[in-house]
Amino acid sequence: MLLEKHKDYIDDLLSRYPIKRSALLPLLNLAQKEEGYVSQAAMREIAKILDLTPPQVFETATFYTMLTLKPIGKYHVQVCRSLMCALVRADTLIEWLQKYLGIAVGQTTPDKMFTLSAVECLGSCGSGPMMQINDDYFERLTEEKVGQILEDLKQTGDCDLKTGPYMVPEPR
Amino acid sequence: MEPFEKILTKNMSDPKYTGSLQDYEATGGYQALRKVLAGVPQNDIVEMVKKSGLRGRGGAGFPTGVKWSFLPKDHPGPKYLCCNADESEPGTFKDRQLMERDPHQVLEGMAITCYTIGAKTGYIYIRGEFRFGAKVLERAIEEAKQAGHLGSNVHGSGVTINLYVHAGAGAYICGEETALLESLEGKRGKPRVKPPFPATHGLYQKPTVVNNVETLANIPHIVNRGPEWFAAIGVPPKSTGTRVFCLSGHVKNPGNYELPVNATFRDLIEELGGGMRSDKPMIAFIPGGASAPFLTPEHIDVQMDFESVAMVGSMSGSGGVTVMEEGTSMVWAALRLMEFFYHESCGKCTPCREGSSWIVQILQRIQNKQGRREDLDTLSEICKNIGGRTVCAFGDAEISPVQSTLKYWRHEYEALIQEAETLRAIQKNKEIPVLSL
Repeated sequence: MLLEKHKDYIDDLLSRYPIKRSALLPLLNLAQKEEGYVSQAAMREIAKILDLTPPQVFETATFYTMLTLKPIGKYHVQVCRSLMCALVRADTLIEWLQKYLGIAVGQTTPDKMFTLSAVECLGSCGSGPMMQINDDYFERLTEEKVGQILEDLKQTGDCDLKTGPYMVPEPR
Repeated sequence: MEPFEKILTKNMSDPKYTGSLQDYEATGGYQALRKVLAGVPQNDIVEMVKKSGLRGRGGAGFPTGVKWSFLPKDHPGPKYLCCNADESEPGTFKDRQLMERDPHQVLEGMAITCYTIGAKTGYIYIRGEFRFGAKVLERAIEEAKQAGHLGSNVHGSGVTINLYVHAGAGAYICGEETALLESLEGKRGKPRVKPPFPATHGLYQKPTVVNNVETLANIPHIVNRGPEWFAAIGVPPKSTGTRVFCLSGHVKNPGNYELPVNATFRDLIEELGGGMRSDKPMIAFIPGGASAPFLTPEHIDVQMDFESVAMVGSMSGSGGVTVMEEGTSMVWAALRLMEFFYHESCGKCTPCREGSSWIVQILQRIQNKQGRREDLDTLSEICKNIGGRTVCAFGDAEISPVQSTLKYWRHEYEALIQEAETLRAIQKNKEIPVLSL
C-alpha cells in the first residue's frame, strides 16, 4: 500500500537518517495523508518497513496529537483555543463553527465532510482568532470569512482565504 | 525610541522581496558561507560567535558560541546540527515568519554552523502544523543545492552539508532540545535526563548542536559584519543584537517586530504595537511566552534583554509578548494557560504530570465559583512541589502563570472564593463567612 505507492519517497526518506526508526514520524504523517487517519494496517506496514514491532509504532503514534487513529471528516477544522487566541475571541469562533456545521467540538458532520476540534496553540498568536483546516491556516477570522471558507471548501475543495507566506504586520 | 537597523527582518520588510534564492543572493546572501568555506578556521568562527555575545533565541538564552565549543573536537564519528523550528510556545510566532519569508537566511546560518561544528548533516525539526513553512524550506533547500550552496563539495571546498526538513506531529514538548532529539529518533518526545548533554551525547548518541531558527538566522550577519558590530547592539556584553519580538493580545497592531534587545516593553507595545486596542487600560502582560511569569503595567518601562526581565522576576524567554486589557480575568487567563500545560505535559515526571492536572481542577472550580477557602494554599503548595523537581524546564514553566497571578492578582482569586463560600452558606442556610485569605 504505502510502500507500493510511495516507493521513491520512502527510499529517499530512509537515505536521510542513519537509523531507520527516524523515518517513523514522516511515515505516520504520510499514512494519515493517504487515508485521512492512521489505520492499524498502515501502522503494521510501517513497522515492517522500519524493522520495528507494531507496538513500537503504536506507542509513538499515540504520543502525537496531530495523528488521528480513527477515521475523521474530510476536512479537519482545528481551532486554536489557547490564551492568546482566546483573548481575541477564539471561543466565539468555535460558536460560529458549531452553528455553521451543526456539530459540537469533537464531532463529525453526518456527511463526513467536517470534523471540528479545539486544539492548543498553533503558533499564530498575532493573527487570531484562527483555525487550521487540513494543511492550511486561516487567520484573522470573522463570522463572514468562516461562512465563506466552509462554503468554498464544500463547493471547490479549496479556499483562497488561506494564509500564504506569513508576515504580520504586512510589509509596506 | 532611537533609530536602529533591522537585521533579520530587513529583507522581508521590502514588499517586493519573495525569499527566493535570487532575491536572497541579490541582497548579499550566501557571501558569508563562501567566506568561511574559503578558509576561515572553524575555531575562529566559534570565537567570533562567542565574541558577538549571541544568545539562544529559543527561550533559555544560552550563549551560542559557548554551546558550540562544548562539542568534542577530536570525535571521529558523525556530528549533527538540529535546527529547532518546533515553535510552539504560546505567544511566539517569529520563527514561522523567518522561515516562510526568508528561508535562505536560515539555511545559510545552518550551513555555516554545520561547517563550524564539523557536521555533514543538519535536520530542521519543524512543528507538524507548519506544513506551509516545511514546503517553503524544502523548496529552498532544493534551490540551494542546485546553486551549489548545499550538497557535497560545497563551493569546491570539499565540505559536505546536507540539510533535511523533518516534520513533527504535534507536541509542545518537542521544542525541548532533548525531547526534540528523541522525537527525531522516531520515539515519543520525552526529554532526556541531563547530563549527558547533547553536545556529547545528542542525536543517535553523537555530538549534536540544537539551535533555534532565529539564532541560526543571525549567524550569516555576524560572519559578514563582524562580532564587534553585533556586540555593540543591545546591552553589551551580556545581551546583544536584535530580537524579533512577537506581540499579541489586546493591542492595536499585533505582529512580529524586530528591536534591539535594549528596547523597552513600552517601545514594543505602544510605539510599534499602537497601544491598547480600545480605551481600556492594560491589566497585565506576559513578557516572554506562556512559560514566563505575568508582569503588571508598572513593568512597562523595563528593557527586554534577558537580565532586565529576570531582575523583575520574569523572563524574556522566547520573546512572545502578550498584552491583556482591564476586564480580563486573571484567574481565567491562568486557567487557560494551565489547560495548555496540562494537555502538553509529556507525562514523564510525576510532579508535572499529576500536578498540572490538580492545578487545572482547582483553577476550574475557583473559576466556576465552587472554590474552597483552602484552595490558594493548596495551589501554592502544589507549585512548590513541581518547580525544580522535573527532568526538563517544563515543570518550572507550568507553574509560572499560577504563581505570578497569585502574586499580583490574589484579590481576584479571593473574590471568586468568597462568592463560592457565600453561595454555599446561603444554600445551607448558614451565616455567610467573611474570608481573610
